[in-house]
Amino acid sequence: MNYHVNEKGYYGDFGGAYIPEMLYPNVEELRSKYLEIMHEPGFQEEFQQLLKDYVGRPSPLFLAERLSERYGANIYLKREDLNHTGAHKINNTIGQILVAQRLGKKRIIAETGAGQHGVATATVCALKGLECVVYMGEIDIERQAPNVARMKMMGAKVVPATSGSKTLKDATNEAMRDWINNPVDTHYIIGSVVGPHPYPDMVARFQSIISEETRWQLKEKTGSESPDYVLACVGGGSNAAGMFYHFLDDANAKLVAVEAAGKGVDSGESAATTMLGKEGVLHGSRSILMQTADGQVIEPYSISAGLDYPGIGPQHAHLYKVKRAEYVSITDDEAMQAGRLLAQLEGIIPAIESSHALAQLEKMTFKANETVVVCLSGRGDKDLATYMKYFNL
Amino acid sequence: MNRLKTLFDTKKEPILSVYFTAGYPNLDSTVDIAAELEKSGADFIEIGFPYSDPVADGPVIQESSQVALKNGMTLELLFEQLKELRKRVSIPVLLMGYFNPVLQYGVEKFCASATEAGVDGVIVPDLPMYEYEEMYCNCFDKYNLSNIFLVTPQTSEERIRKIDGLSNGFIYLLSSSATTGKNLDVSASTEEYFGRIKNMNLKNPTMIGFGISDKQTFDKASEYTRGAIVGSAFVKMLGTGDDYLGKIAAFVKSIKS
Ligand SMILES: Cc1ncc(COP(=O)(O)O)c(C=O)c1O
Repeated sequence: MNYHVNEKGYYGDFGGAYIPEMLYPNVEELRSKYLEIMHEPGFQEEFQQLLKDYVGRPSPLFLAERLSERYGANIYLKREDLNHTGAHKINNTIGQILVAQRLGKKRIIAETGAGQHGVATATVCALKGLECVVYMGEIDIERQAPNVARMKMMGAKVVPATSGSKTLKDATNEAMRDWINNPVDTHYIIGSVVGPHPYPDMVARFQSIISEETRWQLKEKTGSESPDYVLACVGGGSNAAGMFYHFLDDANAKLVAVEAAGKGVDSGESAATTMLGKEGVLHGSRSILMQTADGQVIEPYSISAGLDYPGIGPQHAHLYKVKRAEYVSITDDEAMQAGRLLAQLEGIIPAIESSHALAQLEKMTFKANETVVVCLSGRGDKDLATYMKYFNL
Repeated sequence: MNRLKTLFDTKKEPILSVYFTAGYPNLDSTVDIAAELEKSGADFIEIGFPYSDPVADGPVIQESSQVALKNGMTLELLFEQLKELRKRVSIPVLLMGYFNPVLQYGVEKFCASATEAGVDGVIVPDLPMYEYEEMYCNCFDKYNLSNIFLVTPQTSEERIRKIDGLSNGFIYLLSSSATTGKNLDVSASTEEYFGRIKNMNLKNPTMIGFGISDKQTFDKASEYTRGAIVGSAFVKMLGTGDDYLGKIAAFVKSIKS
């Protein structure tokens, strides 16, 4: 079974490039050049160097002993939280800024929800001296003030998205409108494995460093590069796509993708896309989408701003449909408890997004000595206000 | 014969098309506005079906889409309203909107309903050429619906030729790569672009849209093409008060006198 994109830009029934003609020249330029650029020795050298010296890779694979004891399996955490800027998002922005430079682009735009991708984009723009404009929903600007300040500190312009529901989906709309209106010198750094082809594939390739490292790290630590379970949370799906990438063809590795159930899958306030969505088209790709019977996009809800998205990337839709990965969901409350548990058992405060993946451990049963890898996609610093309020700290 | 083809075959003067969003400003204003536009001298009309995430649109059409959705507009309801359309309107009518509502309604069912309502063509900006050719072209043809493609100043000549081959109505030239509602700014490079397209001698007629808001921009566009399409400026006018139907004649006259 092929789990990767075909030459037409599709993963099975999903993917494609459903974009207005105004975006075609830019997307086509990227499509025709991204692989060639990524395979240039000079590109690879600079990319690897920056991942090492700037991001701090390889990120450690940590055997969480007390957590392992609690769940009766060998639980390893892939520490993307230790990356510069505190999440996996920077793996992608480093890659894309190098692509943008090679395409001769002078101006970078991005969308952001929680602000992690916005910060990671502002960071690489400062590093490379490129103009940076980040679109962020007006409501998220209020919720995520520290990340707004970080972006501004690094010289990015943060533009409030005031249309629609004023959150991530609308920030993405605004970024696409900006790109339509600036067709020549601008590159759009999309923050997840969503958007028109080639974005889902390009972003997954940049994030695939997560599983590439995990395999040799596991081999070093356990003698086998093949785990029994691999878990990751899914907003748009980029940390999961990177965490799954080099395990897709490993039949022993069971892949578990964790969506945000919000206040409960049936509560009307949820972001559990595979449970609640249907096939549809948003932001340039055909995937699974939360929508009304009339095809209007439904505004999702999760306590975690990074999982608060009504769709998933097309590769995930495919992995779900062909059942290569299992898609499950975790509520706000379950995630918050799992976050505190990790803090108290291991001394690591996870991003609430990552807490969703951790919470799934509670629902699984393991055989003795099974090996489990959880992608700890980010650190919880940005979420302290939410944790404080929730636990009355 | 397709009304659109008849129009382009017979009309000598510049052609004016007007866009508005179904269900805006009021849920049941759709057919009244269409009828009034015909009476006032519009040559054809484009009825937008609203979508929650209109990425190719600027603030005016975004707002009209949101109001229309809030008013309760759906494709199902629009086709219900359009049953009255051909009793009152004889000029060509196109539907314009984003792909996801069409996909949910069902592409074949959408084509069937459109034809039944007397619609002549469809503009779906985010349905690209490749997907159209591979999956939906047969369906549009079966129901004799024109599919209208967009072209921008950045569209390559090769691609324009391909679009010309797939089109059967007209080709929609964007005045610039922009979202709707920006004003046409006729610079040397726009004139170069309009002229370049004109000299390609395409088999389909062309119309210019996006940024056409008044007589001056309409006349300018008509120098190079068969005519132009007014959208945001008209939608904006519809939002200025309850007597919008009464203002349509003056609006059309101000552009095409
Ligand atoms: C720490 C962290 N994890 C996960 C996500 C979700 O994104 P994705 O599903 O693309 O990994 C985000 C998004 O902001 C994030 O900040």
